[in-house]
Amino acid sequence: MRLYVDSTRCSGCKACLVACSLNLFQENNPKKSALVILPHFPAPGNYEVKTCTQCGDCAQVCPMEAIKVNERGAYYVDMDECNLCEACVSECPEGVMFIRSELADTAWKCDLCGDCVTVCGTGALWIAETETAVA
Amino acid sequence: MNGYGGSVLRVNLSTGQIQKQPTPQDVARDFLGGRGFGIYFLTKEVPPKADPFGQENKMIISSGPFSGLMIPGAGKCDWTTKSPLTGGYASASLGGHFTAELKYAGLDSIILEGISPKPVYLFIDDNQVELRDASHLWGKGSITVEKELKEQYGEEYQIATIGPAGENGVLFAHINHDYGRQAGRGGVGAVLGTKKVKAIVLHGTKSIPVADLPAYRQAGINLFKACKDAEILKEWQSYGTTMVVSWCDEVGALPTRNFTAGSFEDGKNLYGPVMRKTIVVSDKGCFACPSPCGKYSHTRRYNTYVEGPEYETIGMLGSDLGLGNIEDVAQANLLCDDLGIDTISTGGVIAWAMECFERGIFTKKDTDGLELKFGNAQAVFALIEKIARKDGFGALLAEGVKRASQKTGQGSEKFAIHVKGMEQSAYATHNATAMLLAYMTCDVGAHHNRAWAITYDIQVGREKVTTEKVARVIWLQNFRPMFDVLGACRLQWVELSIDRDLYLPALQAITGIPRSWKDLETVGERIWNLTRLYWIREIDGFGREWDLPAPRFYEDAPKTGATAGQITRFEDVQKLLDYYYEQRGWSKNGIPTPETIARLNLEQFVY
Repeated sequence: MRLYVDSTRCSGCKACLVACSLNLFQENNPKKSALVILPHFPAPGNYEVKTCTQCGDCAQVCPMEAIKVNERGAYYVDMDECNLCEACVSECPEGVMFIRSELADTAWKCDLCGDCVTVCGTGALWIAETETAVA
Repeated sequence: MNGYGGSVLRVNLSTGQIQKQPTPQDVARDFLGGRGFGIYFLTKEVPPKADPFGQENKMIISSGPFSGLMIPGAGKCDWTTKSPLTGGYASASLGGHFTAELKYAGLDSIILEGISPKPVYLFIDDNQVELRDASHLWGKGSITVEKELKEQYGEEYQIATIGPAGENGVLFAHINHDYGRQAGRGGVGAVLGTKKVKAIVLHGTKSIPVADLPAYRQAGINLFKACKDAEILKEWQSYGTTMVVSWCDEVGALPTRNFTAGSFEDGKNLYGPVMRKTIVVSDKGCFACPSPCGKYSHTRRYNTYVEGPEYETIGMLGSDLGLGNIEDVAQANLLCDDLGIDTISTGGVIAWAMECFERGIFTKKDTDGLELKFGNAQAVFALIEKIARKDGFGALLAEGVKRASQKTGQGSEKFAIHVKGMEQSAYATHNATAMLLAYMTCDVGAHHNRAWAITYDIQVGREKVTTEKVARVIWLQNFRPMFDVLGACRLQWVELSIDRDLYLPALQAITGIPRSWKDLETVGERIWNLTRLYWIREIDGFGREWDLPAPRFYEDAPKTGATAGQITRFEDVQKLLDYYYEQRGWSKNGIPTPETIARLNLEQFVY
């Protein structure tokens, strides 16, 4: 399972980011969320959303083995074990592995809680089985 | 303080002094936030009869307890000041992402005082607050300034800026944010301009504390689920406020040619589905909004991008000017946004000028050669530029329709469509008595959002003048602005029809304080009466006459359209006010009685 996005349906409202920070950190703080919304304004006038594909590359490179698999089959950061080395951040192909040491003493990523999907009013986000074959 | 940023930031532009104070708890209890904070600080701190463009006036920018939280539409920011347009209370509501960022920076309000000796922008990055030189930005359009500042600081930074019109003191200059959201009405941009503040750059990384996190999270999710279950959601997402255009055209509420009619023969070209198909490229929402009104558009005719046009702009820059092409309306919208003027007031003054031209009161000699006939898009574009720059004929219109018509005379005051000096927004009210009363008594002038009663008129009988109708307007005026107080959008309640009781558990979980809607409506009534006291304090002789509508709505019945031949009688206008004052607990001259003031705990504000 993984989180999918149709960026053309995103209206940039950031409800997903707040919901995400509430799940990951029990805080209201979109700067501590695991999705990225890139606005492209004034032209061409759209949003580009980056989400975790659960590819696991971050877990592969983590020297602390702090990135583990949870009951939903998603990779998550064991925040007690992260040493902020940033190896995962540079490895992430989607740019959705986060370290902002001024905000938290740990890396963080999407753990597939699904709260972003719950609050997304435009249906831009959904969770589905990971596609195994690429045409 | 749970649900709040916790501090009020005070910036003295004259001295450069910057200080933070804790948000006062008793003010949070009595006024909650948003425009409640705005009118509290305005009344307390700006001395009576202050010059709106002087040292003593202040700009008060406030979020509310919902702002920045996981509540649908929690992106509303209030901008309160003494209005240079009306001389009374101005409170403009800004959507987008500014109010959320304010909270993340740990702030509930910013109070700008004094006048800067040189152009500056206010830079806020969490605890770092500075006034920075804006000489390189002065004179530039809002879109350009936002782009430059975003490129300099990054996409996470939220920008609010004025255009050249604000710098030039156009009395209905606005504040632009997020490439197309505005604090639009009452001249808030002109106040910022005279203070020499070109922009505010805002960034915050703090978390907003709440009292009961699991309960708040659940209440928030319940609200979002209710929005997503709403039957009308899909349609609203497609068209936003432009859904209303066709309805207004059909019922005769679409302002047409300076409100001479309520239906437009080319109206169909401006309907939501036509716009969606013709120019919309994406949906653009305010913070945490499941039902984005914002439609981002590209015009092929002009090869330009603009957020909108939304309903009010379609009405005021479209049908009210006789423009029946959505690309022309979008282009006029963009010019207003970039130059920094309110689309509603701009449409109002241009429509008045066009009627003057067609009546022969103005000729091309007066209009700098512009053929100012209804339907002339190029003349509209040229005039928007002239207004923003106060160039030639534009300087007259830059003063708003009330002053322009008083200066012009020749009977043109009769068709200057305003209340209290604010141009009426886009609902024709020849025969819609509740909406007419809503405009007459709105606390900033002729604006629709306090009590959007037009659908109620149609529902119960548009010509009726009853105490029940008046009671409905008062209830809406007390209740609807509470969303501006709480820092969230009212449209999920208005348009998606979600149960308003769903907000109460959220508010309690966030602030830790239980409040009922009855209690909140009392706060709304307190604020309504305090804004009234402000007008009385500021304007000698203020009273009943200031609540009269434009004569057009009781003298000139439309000749065409759905409301042809229909008009409200002047005696019914007076009856509306009689009922209204009595129910409000005001005198026959529209002054709150001592009993009303005491009941609402407002004695400390009476001068």
